[in-house]
Amino acid sequence: MTLLAWVPRLTLAAMLLPVAAGLWGVFAPLFGFITLNGASAAPMADVLAWPGLPRAAWLSVVTGVGSTLIALGLVILILSQLHGSRALMWLRRALSPLLSVPHASAAFGLAFMIAPSGWIARAVSPWLTGWDRPPDLLILNDPAGIALTLGLAVKEMPFLLLIALAALAQTDAIRSLAVARSLGHSGAGAWLKVVLPRLYGQIRLPVYVVLAYAMTAVDMALILGPTTPSTLSVQILRWMSDPDLTLRLQGAAGAVIQLALVIAALAAWFLAEKLVGKLGLLWITSGTRSPWLPALRPLAIAAAATSAIAVLGGLASLAVWSFAARWQFPDALPEALTTRTLDRFLPQLGAPLAETALIATTTTLIALILCIGCLEAGYRKRKPLEGRVMWLVYLPLLIPQIAFLPGLQVLLISGGLTMGRWVVILSHLVFVIPYIFLSLSDPWQAWNTRHATVAHALGASPTRVLFAIRLPMLLAPILTAAAVGFAVSVGQYLPTLLAGGGRIATLTTEAVALASGGDRRAIGVYGIALTLAALLPFALALALPRILYANRRGTHP
Amino acid sequence: MKRMLTALSAALFATTAMAQPDPSNWDAVLKEANGQTVYWNAWGGSTTTNDFIAWVGDRVAEEYGVTLEHVKLTDTADAVARVLAEQQAGKNEGGAVDIIWINGANFASMKRQDLLFGPFAEQLPNWQFVDVDGKTVQTDFTVPTEGYESPWAMAQVVFMYDTADIEAPLTSMDAILEWSTAHPGRFTYPQPPDFLGATFLKQALLDLTDDAAALSQEATPETFAKVSAPLWDYLNTLTPTLWREGKAYPQTGPQQLQLINDGEIDLAISFSPGEASTAIANFQLPETVRTYVLDKGTLGNASYLAIPYNANAAAGAMVIANFILSPEAQAHGLDPLNLGYGTVLDMAKLSDDQRAAFDQIELGVATLTPAQLGTALPEPHPSWMTMLTEEWTKRYGVQ
Amino acid sequence: MLHLQNLTITLGQRLIAQVDTTVHGGEVLTIMGPSGSGKSTLLAAITGTLDPAFAQQGRIILDGQDITALPTEARRIGILFQDDLLFPHLSVGQNLAFGLPKGGNRKERHKTIETALRDVGLQGFANRDPATLSGGQKARVALMRMLLSQPKALLLDEAFSGLDADLREQIRALVFTRARVQNLPVVMVTHDPADAEAAAGPVIHIG
Repeated sequence: MTLLAWVPRLTLAAMLLPVAAGLWGVFAPLFGFITLNGASAAPMADVLAWPGLPRAAWLSVVTGVGSTLIALGLVILILSQLHGSRALMWLRRALSPLLSVPHASAAFGLAFMIAPSGWIARAVSPWLTGWDRPPDLLILNDPAGIALTLGLAVKEMPFLLLIALAALAQTDAIRSLAVARSLGHSGAGAWLKVVLPRLYGQIRLPVYVVLAYAMTAVDMALILGPTTPSTLSVQILRWMSDPDLTLRLQGAAGAVIQLALVIAALAAWFLAEKLVGKLGLLWITSGTRSPWLPALRPLAIAAAATSAIAVLGGLASLAVWSFAARWQFPDALPEALTTRTLDRFLPQLGAPLAETALIATTTTLIALILCIGCLEAGYRKRKPLEGRVMWLVYLPLLIPQIAFLPGLQVLLISGGLTMGRWVVILSHLVFVIPYIFLSLSDPWQAWNTRHATVAHALGASPTRVLFAIRLPMLLAPILTAAAVGFAVSVGQYLPTLLAGGGRIATLTTEAVALASGGDRRAIGVYGIALTLAALLPFALALALPRILYANRRGTHP
Repeated sequence: MKRMLTALSAALFATTAMAQPDPSNWDAVLKEANGQTVYWNAWGGSTTTNDFIAWVGDRVAEEYGVTLEHVKLTDTADAVARVLAEQQAGKNEGGAVDIIWINGANFASMKRQDLLFGPFAEQLPNWQFVDVDGKTVQTDFTVPTEGYESPWAMAQVVFMYDTADIEAPLTSMDAILEWSTAHPGRFTYPQPPDFLGATFLKQALLDLTDDAAALSQEATPETFAKVSAPLWDYLNTLTPTLWREGKAYPQTGPQQLQLINDGEIDLAISFSPGEASTAIANFQLPETVRTYVLDKGTLGNASYLAIPYNANAAAGAMVIANFILSPEAQAHGLDPLNLGYGTVLDMAKLSDDQRAAFDQIELGVATLTPAQLGTALPEPHPSWMTMLTEEWTKRYGVQ
Repeated sequence: MLHLQNLTITLGQRLIAQVDTTVHGGEVLTIMGPSGSGKSTLLAAITGTLDPAFAQQGRIILDGQDITALPTEARRIGILFQDDLLFPHLSVGQNLAFGLPKGGNRKERHKTIETALRDVGLQGFANRDPATLSGGQKARVALMRMLLSQPKALLLDEAFSGLDADLREQIRALVFTRARVQNLPVVMVTHDPADAEAAAGPVIHIG
């Protein structure tokens, strides 16, 4: 019991200490607590003097805010138009697996689709467009960041949609809708007026996470983003790895600016929420029945289908490139299929695959034990989860990786700690714990605690109740949470690179390193391997309870 | 407190410096290397280079019991940054990086900051085969190597062009401009500060300037402004005719291959005479691609291996550097089926058997013979590359 | 014998429930009151699962032992809820084995379980999935699971409300008979006067 009481503190420390330490590491050089030989004494002034800064900062804001607005708008459009429909059920099933597709894979796939030499252009050339060579169009890496914005939006939309669907299950949406419709409101109008206000309160924190992430994403920005200049986060990474070693302090200063941008954007978003809420209230109480709203239904279906097809088609194109022999524009398919690329890369895949699995499994197990420990400790103290706790859980997700990981690296080295697998695992824990906790806490709370009362009354100790009753009954959600954690770990790029000192080669770091080489076949193989590594655990999480409890109908309602 | 730490790290440095192996006692080096794990930090973006490093790993494991781990970097400077960070932290032994594929500015920077182990290169047993007189293997971008890095491959700038779209080689910068103006959107180069992109700037400058001698001296703001002026005039005219009108650039050299293969561009720069042939064999380039050099000649340099002062496995790293200088490894690397890199060895210093291995190699359809390549032009002083990159970024890199 | 000695439960300033009574072996004490009157809170105090938000005074003495401060699993008080609450991941036999105290070899335990099942007309059900049982069958398994844990007292929290009229009478009779045979004091919370009538014991109205 005393050990259990320490678990919540330990968990908080595992999530927040690395973040706090990393922030110290980026702020310290500004005040001269950390210096480098020959480095400028005023790194912040140097960053401010960089001619690309206004543009890079602006790009970071527009791509981040723009993609979040689009993703959220799509979710609201889809839910308001399609709630309760079969199309939504279908969409939910199609999008769930996309959630765990690592950002790098999704970005590669998307790039293969929309490039002027990509699959879409190939499919309509030359018979429709007359192109026998790719048009010189700035579609990828465009200076305005449109490709990056759309890529982020398409990747984040499923996340928000599934979060919203989970939250909807807890609101009394169906009956509220029935009441509103009986008052003469159209279906979509009723949803926007009586469900959305309640729903938004529950998905607010995930929306903030998406905003903070989208503003600072590195892997997607490297693949889809502009280059003249790039977004601020990519530029920070460049400074952190410039041949002129003293630029690392400039990178730390850049990280501080990035953090300030994110905080400002979150604050602006918060104020905008209030404003929209006020305006919305005027609309709700105006008495309008919005009969025209259902006309937008085809738009919702089209938007949903497009985003699903964009990611799925991208993944398919990764697969085709993995097996392509010569494949020139404008051929829609390769001249022939060959396993030559596979033969070349499969032997090399083994080591990073094993490393990825080892790190993800260890991280997931530790995080799972910590999260279950926290939930059980809370249950035994009969302490309900307060909003405060949820903010703490979301905190590591709100602070951009690029803002604190560089500082963490500096500190780890100065502490004499060798970079390596354990440090990578610790850094992954920062991000895996919140996702496992979020995934597990609802089913954990929803469990009927009278089962525990009965078991106790039968003479079972709390430990026995936990291991013999509660954990087995919650097997399915626990495995799902584990799969979420595994996928999060598999997708981590920056933490693996920076905390691993470059020595830890996982599928993600290998894939992004290969991306700089532009070999589509190699990227295809690694992108597919990366996707499978994230998806297979979900398949297992679905299948295992059905196998283990094949004869126990009560465990899978 | 801080002064105490510095003193302490200086003391540590002194002791570990003595603990590192002595390259002149090769038997001791071999003995110490056996069983060591060597972390080779090299750019991981080229799949053929990765394959070559994996092959080296297999061979040194068989031969010397050295385990080679390839740490794939997106940028060589990552490794340099690591070593510096370790020095800052006083981690003067057991460092994370054992051997780095390096040259130019990174080498100059590490050498200046005392981050290198050595000198060791000229004590390696296979140094006897190196073509010291005929190839620039003792200066790196005008900086004397002084044995702190060991050469492993010769590179020379060539241009790859698709003969299906370009009839004859464009053998001067002006010819390239003329063609690009007539065929807008069909040429680009990697975005500086990418190494190959910066090389394109230097190559263009060498071809355009009348004052090539100034480039071997350290650049000052005055000489830079004067000598580089023709380059900026040239780029101002060229940029609007580039692929995507110069609003986006490929980020690395190999990305150009994909662009040629997709038919987006017809002309690209390469720093490896054998790259095109290898890429054709891997379906990465159309079979119609060939290479050429400029009339006035093209830049050439050597790639090197250097060992950080705090390397955890300096002995194993030297064994690898020495193995790569062996006729076996050099011939393997020259073969376009493997890597297609130029050798640093002097054929005259080899035995007949050893030379035969080189003679057997089919250089590939798109590879020029040594005679066609001509003599390589020396690299400018590294300060030029730094200043060219900065100026380019200011002018074209941030819109 | 279960002695509730001046047992008082308060929430802040508010008095939720107060009892001072003794329940003898084989006797059924019925607690009646409208919903929200604190009946279940009182039972939670007796089982030791009271939410810490509530304050509790007084003592609970079972067979002469003061169990007020003991954790639920050490009190030896069995409880039946309206839901059967069979563990869905365990078979019927495994559910009973969970309640059966440690001891005896596998064969003996198996036999005890078989006997218990036969006692309530469910022989051969040990390997069944609880989800496949009818409501009455589930209620009987839940009862036997509790009795196998050898409790010294029995609490019934609206235990029969989920069953339809016929079944209800049948199960109620079964529970009361069993309690009487084993001489267990029973505390029953209900809102159904028919339950109280059948119990034929003292009745306390609260709320």
